[in-house]
Amino acid sequence: MSPERGPVFLARRAYFQRRMMDAARLLPVLGAGMFVLPLLWKSGEGTRTVVVMFYIFLCWSALIGLGWIVSRRLSGPEAPGPPDRSRAPDVPVAADGPQERVRVSREG
Amino acid sequence: MGALNVIVLVSLIYVALLFCVAFAADRAAARGRGTWLRSPIVYTLSLSIYCTAWTFYGAVGFAARSGLEYLTIYLGPTLVMVGWWWTLRKMVRVGRSQRITSIADLISSRFGKSNALAVCVTVLAVIASTPYIALQLQSVTISFAAFAAVDPTHTGEISETGVALWVAIGLMVFTILFGTRNLDANERHHGLVMAIAVEAVVKLFALLAVGVFVVWGLAGGVEQTLARIDASAIARWEVPGSRWVGLTLLSAAAFMCLPRMFQVMVVENEDEAHLRTASWAFPTYVMLMSLFVVPIAAVGLDLSPMGANPDLFVLTLPLANGQDGLAVLSFLGGFSSATSMVIVAAIALSTMVSNHVVMPVWLHMTGGSAVISGDVRAVAIRARRLSIMVILFLGYLYFRVSGGGAALAAIGLISFVGVAQFLPALLGGLFWRGANRRGALAGLAVGFAIWMYSLFLPSFGASAVMPQGLLENGPMGLGWLRPQALFGAAGMDPVVHAFMWSLSLNIVVFVFVSLISFPQPVERLQGAQFVNVFDHSAPSGGWTGGLAQSEDLMIMAQRIMGAQEAQALFGEAARAQGMSGYLPEPTPDFLSRLERSLAGSVGAATAHAMISQIVGGASVSVQDLMAVADETAQIMEYSSQLEMKTEEQARTARQLRQVNEKLTQISVQKDAFLSQISHELRTPMTSIRAFSEILRDGGEMPPEGQRRYASIIHDEAIRLTRLLDDLLDLSVLENAQIVLSLQDGQLGPLLDRAAVAAGLTEGGMEMRRDPEAERVWLHTDTDRLAQVFINLMSNARKYCDADAPRLDIRVAESDGQLHVDFIDNGSGIPASQQGTVFEKFSRVSETKAGGAGLGLAICREIMARLGGGIDYLPGQAGGAFRVYLPVGRGAAAEAAQ
Repeated sequence: MSPERGPVFLARRAYFQRRMMDAARLLPVLGAGMFVLPLLWKSGEGTRTVVVMFYIFLCWSALIGLGWIVSRRLSGPEAPGPPDRSRAPDVPVAADGPQERVRVSREG
Repeated sequence: MGALNVIVLVSLIYVALLFCVAFAADRAAARGRGTWLRSPIVYTLSLSIYCTAWTFYGAVGFAARSGLEYLTIYLGPTLVMVGWWWTLRKMVRVGRSQRITSIADLISSRFGKSNALAVCVTVLAVIASTPYIALQLQSVTISFAAFAAVDPTHTGEISETGVALWVAIGLMVFTILFGTRNLDANERHHGLVMAIAVEAVVKLFALLAVGVFVVWGLAGGVEQTLARIDASAIARWEVPGSRWVGLTLLSAAAFMCLPRMFQVMVVENEDEAHLRTASWAFPTYVMLMSLFVVPIAAVGLDLSPMGANPDLFVLTLPLANGQDGLAVLSFLGGFSSATSMVIVAAIALSTMVSNHVVMPVWLHMTGGSAVISGDVRAVAIRARRLSIMVILFLGYLYFRVSGGGAALAAIGLISFVGVAQFLPALLGGLFWRGANRRGALAGLAVGFAIWMYSLFLPSFGASAVMPQGLLENGPMGLGWLRPQALFGAAGMDPVVHAFMWSLSLNIVVFVFVSLISFPQPVERLQGAQFVNVFDHSAPSGGWTGGLAQSEDLMIMAQRIMGAQEAQALFGEAARAQGMSGYLPEPTPDFLSRLERSLAGSVGAATAHAMISQIVGGASVSVQDLMAVADETAQIMEYSSQLEMKTEEQARTARQLRQVNEKLTQISVQKDAFLSQISHELRTPMTSIRAFSEILRDGGEMPPEGQRRYASIIHDEAIRLTRLLDDLLDLSVLENAQIVLSLQDGQLGPLLDRAAVAAGLTEGGMEMRRDPEAERVWLHTDTDRLAQVFINLMSNARKYCDADAPRLDIRVAESDGQLHVDFIDNGSGIPASQQGTVFEKFSRVSETKAGGAGLGLAICREIMARLGGGIDYLPGQAGGAFRVYLPVGRGAAAEAAQ
């Protein structure tokens, strides 16, 4: 984010929203890493299919679970339009006020 | 009754059930009920058409042959779905904001609405999908054959081609019934999506049921199952790394590029938020689908006789162990997978074929005029239905020709590599502004050619299409050009080999040509729109108005979108511009909005071409080019402020101009009227004076003479009174001193009464009415309303100049308003006078004898008092007036107060 546009620091909620977006972007990278790992294991006589099967399905479930958490955190009508280009300003602190209130009233 | 008959009966009942589901969902959606139709779960389940019969039967076969490798087909889409924030989110947003109808439409829209590109994508998609459709037909056929094999009452071979033909015909009927109801591809096919969601549940349930039976019924528990896997031929993890990574990438690419996936993921998407749920729910679905695959494969290999087809283990294991009910369920699962894939693929492909191939050709053949020729809606729907038939027939043909021999998984992967060729153009278009049309075309052509040469043609078998010598030694003995070992890459798996070379050369050519060529202005505009879709989801400009004729545009729009929708769109746009009536100024904004609405029906390229026919080819304005050139946010912001101001000024100027024109015209009319009214008053006055003088001074006169003169005086006096009555009526109405006498009445009898009073029942003019639609109850001042109807009808009778005069009265209800249209087949009212017909003293034709020009002015005042209105309806066959008034009790009473 370019420093001259928008505030450098964000309110807590907007900050976490941002980190969830980061998580959403990184999730497929993590998944790809987990899924290619068995290629490093000894093939042929070394590794049993059953072991790899358990490993892959466990990773798969973990990925789904993480995806579920991220998608829930990203949900809600107040999820701001994500900045896709570097010059898009961060959500300013001031604009976060009403969002904060919406959230509070929902939880209360 | 034999097993085969049971299967036929069960599948017929199942199809009938799907019919009911689809029908009920369509009805619920039409009535605005059924929010559950739009739930994220239904969306997720509809995505499951990724799992075709290839998954259902083929995955087990795949696992039996090469162990865990089958998982790659599901891991790829899982990664894409989990990474929805990168690509899918953008694809869906672009699809919605640009009203995209297919993947061909998306790529062509992005690259300057190029129809050549759309045609390329369409052709490639059809070629790549045909084997896949054939594969589905084949899977249904061999599952029938599996039942026939164990059916003791059945003797002899079943005709495989016969079964495939019937399945193809059945799917054709279903697809046409539920897939081509409405023209606008952007309108969701609720019934169809619902049926697919049901099928998704059935196939998952069936596969899980077979899995549970195999693990706990046949193998005797989890531990024994694991032991069997360890003892089987696939006990060792020995998947080559290139295939593991290559196939994962391939399936991820295909997941985004398959036309049918694009259809359910982007076109049928109701709400972007659904994607968020699907991001974890769809991976869950495919994980469950693949959960029992290895156990089924291992136990199947153990228990089945040597040489049994592993593709059919899902079916043959329950059958061989006397579980007929489970076998039928499993059959239904496979049947569901096959049918849902074929239906959606046929819809997606037919939309592409009709929008990008048939419609442009048809437009070209009808003389290139979108205005004069027949109904485009009917043509488009017919084209879509015809395309569905052709596509399914092609699939059937491929099945016949190929003989259905090859293993299921092989055919599926060949298709995947074919459609994966869209990926560079698709992703490049979404993320790189420098990507352009030439690059996309060149990359696609290279990728397609390599796919054909190194994978598709060799797949027919050695010497079938390609000579054996070519496969072994390369063309003209050039070893480095051998189809399956390009550039010396021998010893690779053919699929991975073809995928690697076709896609990497595709990307290289795409990027290289994009770098060295210069895009057209429309491409640059669209590029900015697509890449920065989250910054501004506003539509692109691109039309310079002023040259277009709004009325021509309206005529065209009515034929494509339907009269009501087009009128609503035009009316709304006119109001937004601060104008009344149905004809907005053809501003660039309005034109691009119209274009996107049309694109929803006929695709972007065709819509663009149709509008440019009317507008005259003007495409990009100087402002638009500046918008492309000016990259920095500050200038964008500044210019957008200026733009807003300019727009406001333009709107005010437009309004002022309109009002000024009107005032001038009214003043001219008033002068004309004053001389007219003096004349009108003077003529009867003169004769009254003359005849009363004769009577006074006449002396000797026969009584019949006296009576004749007295009746002339009487008639003239009545004429005067009528004129004065009209004037009085109008001034009372205008000053709102009128008292309405509200009562209930039905529209039909009211129109009957008006027709008698206007003299329409005496013959001379044919009337066309719709008694069904006229059965509407009104609570209003029926006498006043009748007065309006009488006025419009007698106007039609007086001024319609057709040889066989005809008056159409159409009644329709929309948005709580009742529309009654009076449309005659005469020459109508010239556009220059449409704005003033409702003004006082306005007379259309000076030559014809008529009233004083007060009738329509009175009508307008009456309708305003009744809470409705009256408008001239342009773009019809002749003169046309629309009377509208609110439906519902008390509406008129409220308006009167």
